[in-house]
Order: sequence, then structure tokens, then C-alpha cells
Amino acid sequence: MPTTTTIDQLLAGIPAPDPETAARLQATLARRADVDGLLDVSYRTLDSPVGPLLLAATPAGLVRVAFAREGHDAVLTSLAESISPRILRDQRRLDDPARQLDEYFARKRRRFDLRLDFQLAHGFRRDVLAHLGDIPYGATETYAGVAAAIGKPGAVRAAGTACARNPLPLVVPCHRVVRSDGTIGQYGGGAEAKRTLLDMEAAA
Amino acid sequence: MAGLRPFEDVLSEQGAVVMRVCRALLGPTDAEDAWADTFLAALRAYPSLRPDSNVRGWLVTIAYRKSIDHLRANARAPRPTGEVPDLVADGEFQPDDPPDGELWAAVASLPPKQRSAVVYRYVAGLPYSDIAALAGTTAAAARRSAADGIANLRKHYRGETP
Repeated sequence: MPTTTTIDQLLAGIPAPDPETAARLQATLARRADVDGLLDVSYRTLDSPVGPLLLAATPAGLVRVAFAREGHDAVLTSLAESISPRILRDQRRLDDPARQLDEYFARKRRRFDLRLDFQLAHGFRRDVLAHLGDIPYGATETYAGVAAAIGKPGAVRAAGTACARNPLPLVVPCHRVVRSDGTIGQYGGGAEAKRTLLDMEAAA
Repeated sequence: MAGLRPFEDVLSEQGAVVMRVCRALLGPTDAEDAWADTFLAALRAYPSLRPDSNVRGWLVTIAYRKSIDHLRANARAPRPTGEVPDLVADGEFQPDDPPDGELWAAVASLPPKQRSAVVYRYVAGLPYSDIAALAGTTAAAARRSAADGIANLRKHYRGETP
């Protein structure tokens, strides 16, 4: 009897896991990696009124929130270089940040109660971020006001740059910093997203 | 030079080939454990990998070794009936009486050189030049081992379907 399937074809035809199995294996791997201390950065995405958000966390806390326009792949690549390439998609470490952000967008939360990892901001930029946390929900402050508040009244432009490079937008509310002329100014998520957030907070 | 990519990218690109290597040697059930062991070991070592490395070859090699570890562990595990299978001098497991029709048992029982060449070439689809580099041999020798392995399987494995 002629054979139409040969050994080498059988070997080449050994099946890869189906998508469901692949997802289950990935989740198990992320859990084991976390237990073994090998999961340096976990990430997930979250849908929001300002577009899909990338959330990334180290064991120390939430380290990065990124808007779609920043390019989530590009952000992950830069995290691989600046923190560690041991990066896996993982829901669990980000359950709490995702839930609190959902509550924020549902207007059920005005303050975030999360562990934050500020390792992506140093020195002056970190001082600016620390101050931003003091601007209350629904309020705004000018870039000049921020510079003055951290004792560097001449550093208005640098304060603007620090806000623009905030690694933790939304959670550290750089959207509450506006220009002295009353226009809303730049935002990592786009001016439209900033407007959406300020309107949402003002309406609450 | 660009740095290492996020490990998740490596996982999503190479997860399938690693699973196929594990399945070729262990069958579908044990393959999942070997797959997880492979990626856990790879994740541990990943930060020190050179960014220009052959990532697929690297992972396939780890998958092969982890699968062989599982074969040995299975061989050592107590069995309700038969005797403990012999380990040959070089420590490679020779399955006693491979279950008929099970491709992975036939692959697992190949002599080590043929087995690795067959798995690297026909399951993982690596070019002979890569296999030679991974096995510390020449492309011609790798090609010969793979051909011998296929001939051997053809002789002993009767699962080829009409």
C-alpha cells in the first residue's frame, strides 16, 4: 500500500497549540515567573474614554501608563531597555490599577490609592510629579504655578517638560496643569484627551 | 545596536515551535510541563542573551534539553508493573517497548545525534547551518544524522498513514 504521509511530513505536521491553549500556557507561565521573581515588568491594556491604555508594573508598583498615540509597542520596547526585558503580559499585578482607573472614568473615584514606582523619573522631574499629586480632583494649576510650588519659579519650561514626560499620566494628574493664558496646553494623550479629562472632572 | 525585545514578543513568536519540539519528544500531555520549564529557564537567562543571538535556535535547544530531562524523569518514576528502564552509558534514555503508533516514542528512542538532528531539522525547521552551530558539528554531519534518523524512524515507526 503506498504511503502518502511520510515520517518527515508527520514531524512537520505536529500541531502547535490552539489559541486557547496558548493563552492558558502564557498565563501559567506569567504566574510561575512572578513566583520565581523573574517577572520584572507585567503589562496589560485597558479600554478607556481616552483610548486604549497600556498599564505596566514592576514588583514595586505601577511604573508606566501610556496612551495609544505613544505606541504601546514602542513603550514596551523602551521599558525593556530602561527597566528589564523580562516583560510579560499579566493581568494579576494590574488588577488593582485597572479597577481604580475604571472607577475614575466612571466618576466613582477622585484619588488613586496605588503603589507607584517612580524609577522612570529622577531629580527635578520627580519633584514635579510629587507636587502634581497635590493638585485636587477638578482643580487646575498653571505650569508657572507648578514651578513656583517646587521652589524653582524660573523653571516654567522645565516644569512643562516634566509634565509632558510624566510616566504615570492619569494616576499622577499632569492633565490638571494648564497654560497661564487659559489654553489647556500639550498632553501625552493629546489635547483632546486632556479636554475630556478636565471636562469630566469639572462635571463631577 | 538595538537591545533585547520584551520577552512577551519572543514568547508569542516562538511559543508554537517550542511546543512542537516538546510534543515531538514527549507527546501532548507532558509537553506542556516541558514548554513551561523551557520558557521559565529562558526568561531567567534572557537578560544576558546577546541581542543579535539566534533566538529560535537558543529556545529550541533549551526545549530539547528540557524534554530530555522529562524523558529521564519519566524513566525514573516508579511504575506499577515493569522494571526500571536501563539508562545507556551516555545517560540517554532508551524507552523500553515504545507504544505502537506513538510518533514521539519512536522519536525519543532514536540515538541521541539522530534524535536531535531530526527534531532540529524536521520539527523546528532550523537550517543545517544553525543545527551545526548548535550541535558543535558541521552542516554535512548534521544533514547525515537527520537523514539517518529519518531512515531509522521509517524502519521502526509504522504510523505512516496511507
